[in-house]
Amino acid sequence: MTAWLSLLQRLSALVLAPLVLVHLGLMVYAIGDGLTAAEILGRTRGSLFWALFYGLFVIAAAVHGPIGLRTVLAEMTAWRGRSLDRALLAFGLVLLALGARAVLAVVLPGAAP
Amino acid sequence: MSQTGRSERELTVEVWRGGAEGRFERYRVPARENQSVLDLVTWVQRHLEPALAYRFACRVGMCGSCAMTVNGRPRWTCRTHVGQVAKGGRLKIAPLGNLPVIRDLVTDMTPFFEKWQRARGRFSPTRTREDEPAAVDPGSKARRAADAGIECINCAVCTAACDVVRWNPDYLGPAALNRAWTLINDARDGARAARLAAVSGAAGCHNCHSHQGCAEHCPMGLNPTAAIAGLKRASLIALLKGELS
Repeated sequence: MTAWLSLLQRLSALVLAPLVLVHLGLMVYAIGDGLTAAEILGRTRGSLFWALFYGLFVIAAAVHGPIGLRTVLAEMTAWRGRSLDRALLAFGLVLLALGARAVLAVVLPGAAP
Repeated sequence: MSQTGRSERELTVEVWRGGAEGRFERYRVPARENQSVLDLVTWVQRHLEPALAYRFACRVGMCGSCAMTVNGRPRWTCRTHVGQVAKGGRLKIAPLGNLPVIRDLVTDMTPFFEKWQRARGRFSPTRTREDEPAAVDPGSKARRAADAGIECINCAVCTAACDVVRWNPDYLGPAALNRAWTLINDARDGARAARLAAVSGAAGCHNCHSHQGCAEHCPMGLNPTAAIAGLKRASLIALLKGELS
């Protein structure tokens, strides 16, 4: 399992690196340009591109974060083994659910703002 | 600097006494033009503290017995000149880190060598004495990778310098993993798959953070971090090919 986690950690990092850069640039653009929430939603709703972009972002973050946190906790505390793995699997699923909810809220046409 | 005053020709040496619980004892030792840290420890034992426990054998940097913590850094003491490390004529000598202390400057090396076994650090021959000797091309990529790590003297300086070993005592550590990498690149060895499985587990090569403390401190100038990177690569390739049991 360790080798699989290591592989997933690296692959998710590869995916996240460009996505994070685009996301940060987007935040700077949206805030600096003074876009309103309605204007942003007008661009994201119904957009397959933004659905895929942030969908992939959420999946990669939900994979990457818990694996890294598992290593940090195992090295910095005495918490190891199956209970740690289960807790971080749950953490990953929570990240995935919250992230998916946020993505759906901005890309589904007609969803409440 | 004047060499006339008696105090200027003495070194103040603090040496760890006791087991895991203990204290530093202070000794004054004559400063000589040429002396190693091991010479200092020997002088303390022969003239001031006959009960002082420490370990050495060859005194020429071959056997890997005499590593200790000198002014906070793990070093081979027989090849560490006092002039290199004595700041203001002061030295603080402790047992090697990340290993259980038996007494004074002697650590228990059992966990260190058990990790060599767990990493399958032993050669698994594919031929018998009846066979022709294997022809190994010294210029081949694999042989050059093996040669780069083969001169390890098992001094455990890398293990003492490794942050990950400090955080996770089960981690196989730089020396055992470096050994595994030399064997994986040995054309005569027949246990590649079993060894890759042994180093890919929960305490294996994927734990390395590449801090390079091992490479920084290795007295032989080896680079276990590079060896571990090689193991990670080989482990992931084997995983993707379905060869990692």
